[in-house]
Amino acid sequence: MPSNEDRQRAASARTGWALSAPALLLLGFAASGPLLIVLVYSFLTPGDYGNVVWKFSLDGWRGILFTRDIFDGTLHLADANLTIFWRSVKLSLLTTAITFAVGFPTAWFIATRPAKSRALWLFLITIPFWTNLLIRTVAINEVIRNEGIINTLLIWTGLITEPLRIIYTDTAVLIGMAYVYLPLMVLPLFAAIDRFDMKLLEAGYDLYASRWQVLRRVILPIVKPGIVAGSILVFVPSLGAYVTPRVLGGGKNMMIGNFIELQFGAGRNWPLGAALSMTLLIIVTIALLIYVRAANRGSPHG
Amino acid sequence: MPNADPYDPGRAVGGWLVSKDVAVEVRNAVKTFGQGNSALRALDDVSVNIRKGEFFTLLGPSGCGKTTLLRLIAGFETPTSGEILLDGKDITQDPPNRRPVNTVFQSYALFPHLTVAQNIGFGLEMQGRPKAEIADVTANMLALVQLGAMAQRKTSQLSGGQQQRVALARALAPRPKVLLLDEPLSALDLKLRKEMQIELKRLQLETGITFIFVTHDQEEALTMSDRIGVMSAGRIQQIGTPRDIYTRPVNRFVASFIGESNFLSGAVETGGVRLSSGDLVDAAGTEGRSGKVTLAVRPEQVRLTRAGEPGALPATITGWVYFGTDTHCHLALSDGTEVVARLQSPATGDAGLEKGKSVALRFAPGAAQVLGD
Repeated sequence: MPSNEDRQRAASARTGWALSAPALLLLGFAASGPLLIVLVYSFLTPGDYGNVVWKFSLDGWRGILFTRDIFDGTLHLADANLTIFWRSVKLSLLTTAITFAVGFPTAWFIATRPAKSRALWLFLITIPFWTNLLIRTVAINEVIRNEGIINTLLIWTGLITEPLRIIYTDTAVLIGMAYVYLPLMVLPLFAAIDRFDMKLLEAGYDLYASRWQVLRRVILPIVKPGIVAGSILVFVPSLGAYVTPRVLGGGKNMMIGNFIELQFGAGRNWPLGAALSMTLLIIVTIALLIYVRAANRGSPHG
Repeated sequence: MPNADPYDPGRAVGGWLVSKDVAVEVRNAVKTFGQGNSALRALDDVSVNIRKGEFFTLLGPSGCGKTTLLRLIAGFETPTSGEILLDGKDITQDPPNRRPVNTVFQSYALFPHLTVAQNIGFGLEMQGRPKAEIADVTANMLALVQLGAMAQRKTSQLSGGQQQRVALARALAPRPKVLLLDEPLSALDLKLRKEMQIELKRLQLETGITFIFVTHDQEEALTMSDRIGVMSAGRIQQIGTPRDIYTRPVNRFVASFIGESNFLSGAVETGGVRLSSGDLVDAAGTEGRSGKVTLAVRPEQVRLTRAGEPGALPATITGWVYFGTDTHCHLALSDGTEVVARLQSPATGDAGLEKGKSVALRFAPGAAQVLGD
């Protein structure tokens, strides 16, 4: 026979579900609705002028890795697609690494300022968010293009005679993404370093650790949650980046985001675009699983 | 009594002996923080020798510079001027990780991402000792602080007293030449603090390591130390054994900071000190002194006596307070100078203490001490 306490608990659980139902419904529709549409579209046939024809087909998924020869209809491995995937993953990993390399000292600097000026530094970090992403990216273009600030300065000082060709290369995309996503790395790192007990540095030095050992054996393991959060926040949007590779990479240096947009636009192949979107989602999920598992391996109770 | 050497269970060391050799020598250390007019002189020309194997306590109120001195020895701060020598070698400019000196921090500063055993082994690991040795010493340290069962716990799962023991074991594991303890007991409750005082003393005797202990608690200092350095305003006021410090304070600060004292003004004469009340009393420390001086007498060294006895001073009882084991009797000398006598409470009655009653008091032999300026 259920006790009074059990009955009470069951009742409060029911009320809890009822109260959170609106939020759960909204979340369910908003999160899984669009995803379901994309999933369904990826199994349909493309229409002649965009959109889809409601006829089942695996061509969308096949198109991720293979192209059909227009003459004899045989399937070939799509090298161009693989290049785009590889470039996306490579640039996203590099972006994460660069934002960490720049963001960690920045976050450390802010976290070790007096409490008063810390707010100002954090405020400065968030200022770029006030401007539209496209404007910021175009501004980067202005800095690195052939007649841009960097090249003009370098030529003026006589260090180079020909302008450095940065714009419309992978490097340009990398610079742009690192700039755009840097705050997303700095903020979680700051939150983790802010909680770090600075007395532990003295404890480390006192116990014969060198500066490098203190960094590797004391600081990094303790602020790891911040590193994991920052890396995820940078890697995930980098992988799906659209504006930055479009503006700074020119038409040639596409990333997955641009490739997907191409299918929904000029390519008029919505099922392929939908399949690519799902692939992106899968890559992100797998990457995160590998990363989180690897990050936890170091700690004995992970 | 032979002690097993906790660093090497296979080798027994002989009985613990006080070596008169100097472990740490601080020479004319000055430390100022800030610059210009707002500069703060935390240490003002401090010199002290700390002997090998001794339990040395730096005692003083907060802000007296005792923690700064400890941090100079640890290497977390460098002196503005002056030198620090360890075993005769100048270590003034050595960083903390090059000094065979370990610290027990006030807040313990245990590594939260490591287990108890990993915390204790950290120093040895950083020194690059072989794995087998680290495991051995860690196990011995765990046994030494009675935490064997906790080896695999995270430090956050331990109580304050247990964390304290881990901090001690971690600092002792690399076998430092000197162990520095920065008010390590201040975060513990009274009962645990008393236990840890005994524990610390035991660890010091068993390891034979020089302990430099910082505290503002006079009782802690008196019960645990071989010698005490009393500090105030960035200077060392007096260095001596607990008994020296208590019975022969050199100045008014030491006499009032450690225990309670009656302060009496007088002038040195042949045969003692003539008090402002006109009475002549016997006093220690009159050699080489003349003119006006201040005498310090501990309340428990003041006795009530019959008038007319040699050394008796006429006085009037102005009040008394019952404290249980003893009764504090407030007296006034003939010129109104106030003297407190701490008398053992009688088993029954009030020992005839009446306000306004004329009595006589005398100081126990050698109890009156002339203070320096």
